[in-house]
Amino acid sequence: MVAPTELPARGTDTEVTSRGGDRPLRVVAPKISLRKRAQAVWAYRELLGEMTRKELTVQYKNSILGFLWSMLNPAINLVVYFVVFQLILKNGVPRFAIYLMCGTLVWNFFSMGVSGACGSIVGNSPIIKKVAFPREIPALAQIGSALTQMGFQTIVLVVFLLAFRSGPAVAYLPLLIPAMLALVLLASAIGILFAALNVKLRDVGYLLGIGLQVWFWGTPIVYTYAQIRDPIQFGHSHYLWLFVLYRLNPVTPIVLTFQRAIYSVTSPKGAGGVAVHILPDHAGLWWYGWQLLAVIGFASALLIFALTVFANREGNFAEQL
Amino acid sequence: MATAIEVRGVSKHFRLYHEQFTSLKERMLHWGKVPYEDFWALRDVELEIQEGQTFGLLGHNGSGKSTLLKCTAGIIQPTSGEIMTRGRVAALLELGAGFQPAMSGRENIYLNASLLGMSRKYVDSCFDDIVAFAELEQFIDNQVKYYSSGMYVRLGFAVAVHMDPDILIVDEVLAVGDELFQRKCFDRVRQFQREGRTIVVVTHSPDLVRQVCDKAAVLDHGSLVGLGSPAEAVRSYREHLLRRQAYLDAGEMTDMLTLAQADPPSDSSPEADEPSSQAGRASVPSHAVHAVRTDPDPSVDDSDSRDRATPAPAGEGTLVVSYVHFEPGHSSGKSYVETGAPMEVVIGYNSTATFRDVVPTVTVYDHKGVVLFTASTKLSPAEIEVTPGSGEIVFSFDSMPLLDGDYPVTVGITSFDDYTVYDWQEQQYTLSVITRSSQTGMIHVPVRITQRNPVVSPAPVGT
Repeated sequence: MVAPTELPARGTDTEVTSRGGDRPLRVVAPKISLRKRAQAVWAYRELLGEMTRKELTVQYKNSILGFLWSMLNPAINLVVYFVVFQLILKNGVPRFAIYLMCGTLVWNFFSMGVSGACGSIVGNSPIIKKVAFPREIPALAQIGSALTQMGFQTIVLVVFLLAFRSGPAVAYLPLLIPAMLALVLLASAIGILFAALNVKLRDVGYLLGIGLQVWFWGTPIVYTYAQIRDPIQFGHSHYLWLFVLYRLNPVTPIVLTFQRAIYSVTSPKGAGGVAVHILPDHAGLWWYGWQLLAVIGFASALLIFALTVFANREGNFAEQL
Repeated sequence: MATAIEVRGVSKHFRLYHEQFTSLKERMLHWGKVPYEDFWALRDVELEIQEGQTFGLLGHNGSGKSTLLKCTAGIIQPTSGEIMTRGRVAALLELGAGFQPAMSGRENIYLNASLLGMSRKYVDSCFDDIVAFAELEQFIDNQVKYYSSGMYVRLGFAVAVHMDPDILIVDEVLAVGDELFQRKCFDRVRQFQREGRTIVVVTHSPDLVRQVCDKAAVLDHGSLVGLGSPAEAVRSYREHLLRRQAYLDAGEMTDMLTLAQADPPSDSSPEADEPSSQAGRASVPSHAVHAVRTDPDPSVDDSDSRDRATPAPAGEGTLVVSYVHFEPGHSSGKSYVETGAPMEVVIGYNSTATFRDVVPTVTVYDHKGVVLFTASTKLSPAEIEVTPGSGEIVFSFDSMPLLDGDYPVTVGITSFDDYTVYDWQEQQYTLSVITRSSQTGMIHVPVRITQRNPVVSPAPVGT
């Protein structure tokens, strides 16, 4: 019980100050336009930073190696792929470690971001239920956290490039900007869509896990693009429709761009001086550029769709969790 | 004065699923036939809260007050209607929601603050104040998981009150921490009031409403049923509670009647009293006492179904209490008695024989079951003889000293030597009291407060 000590009672205070100034009007209604939602996310951009930081620090708190663990998993995968494809299957790709890293750099971000975002609403249910803030933020924070980890993996990649004395294709480096844009848009779109669906139906999360696994092997990361394309060019045209299907994978152009820019060569000389086909020889900047533009267009449309689905379901998140 | 919060025709609909099917398999198995009930948590609520007002939202559990609050805060969206809020809204629905146990207090302040919409720069500027307010200077760099629950809540409150809100929404979180910290919280709320901020408090404590609010609304089953000054709202709230109680009791009564033979002395009445007593008592300010029988229909002679210490003796006829009234409450059509006013407890009885020197007893309890006072003819010279037929025994009190609340009442008739219990109805009645003033406590003690100025100092000691 709190006994008020001072004599002036409620209502008798004379020094009530008027809080002047324009204050933003906020409307809570069944439907809120996409533009308003985008503005809200922008207004809360600092929260995005804080939550990203949280994701990064909380995960490896109380572990001695800490953040290194986040590097260990991709590193082990890299070693396994190297042993299996280079040493056992003898694919003969020169500087295979660097080739692998170009693809896994993209993929690790994509898969971590998407699966992280998918579980973000459910994982943050305590705050979703009690605090009002744009619900897209936890999903985007997962993308941000994956992006940071990608940054660290890039450092490792640079170290490898130096060790192998292998330089990037400078002319293609600017392409990495639209490639990153496409990648972030795509991961955000899929992540936000699945985050919304996962609230009501937890199966979605498991399905996504399986889907990502299949998707990984459907992208030229551990094998080369040429290994898929060349047989088709040289006669097996009845597999053409399958190749078309394969090319619909929006991650492929992004991975190809990274490989072209960083691995830098299309048909390097392998063992015994024989050229190994890896990327299309005659494809220029625009070959990559057009594809990236298409992916950016597709990812933007998907993002708008995802945000719409998200907005329709968001009002019930606090109840369904 | 401008409107701070405008609630326009807000309804909120829930589907209550009897089972939640969250996996695809279950969904497939129960395709299209998942049983659910429609439930309207809010129905067409219209409300306007002015800037600078401290507004109380009263209602029993499940009345929709928290739903309205969550809609106002923007945590959930209404099914229809809209809510407009002017200015920055801070909702304290749970203190320290979103604290990360593995992070330090310092990191959590920044995270929590950004969750509430504060910028890092702003937090930098008031970081020391927050820590000082939470009294956590020594522990601010420790991980939050090592905090005691009190420290946790203090930190949560400290962050929330420092976010400079125009509208503060509080859901019964003020009762945290030790007494000193509570005082601090209240001081902060008063400071907010002085600064002209709008405060919305959700509670089922009428006392809190009287203490801090300028205006209050009462929600019942999702509809707005009362709006006005704190005193008016509290009265409306109590009346709704009583009506609800009577409704519940009516249901319970039938159950008891069927069970009566098998299991006579069930100590069931306290349960029935629980909801109303909880609400009224926590707050104890001033009472008008209303008297309502727990049993909804006094005309029915159902005394046999109620608990008794010992059944009436066989052979010589029976003497039973058939009704109990609290006057003037009942006679004037009100269901309560007012603090400080005269009160009569009227015990109606039915007798089939003549009984000499019977002792009627009235005992009033507080919600914890502690006896507040007992009145009987045992200690008085009056001797009461009962003849066959019905009659009334009247206990007259000059002034009702109890403050706001519902008090369980036991009424019984025994023989003078205590050997025979004719009828004993343990806590079967409820004395409801309403207080017009905003006095707190449990009893009304008339007081005059004067000031002496200058203070007359005692004469110097010695020569």
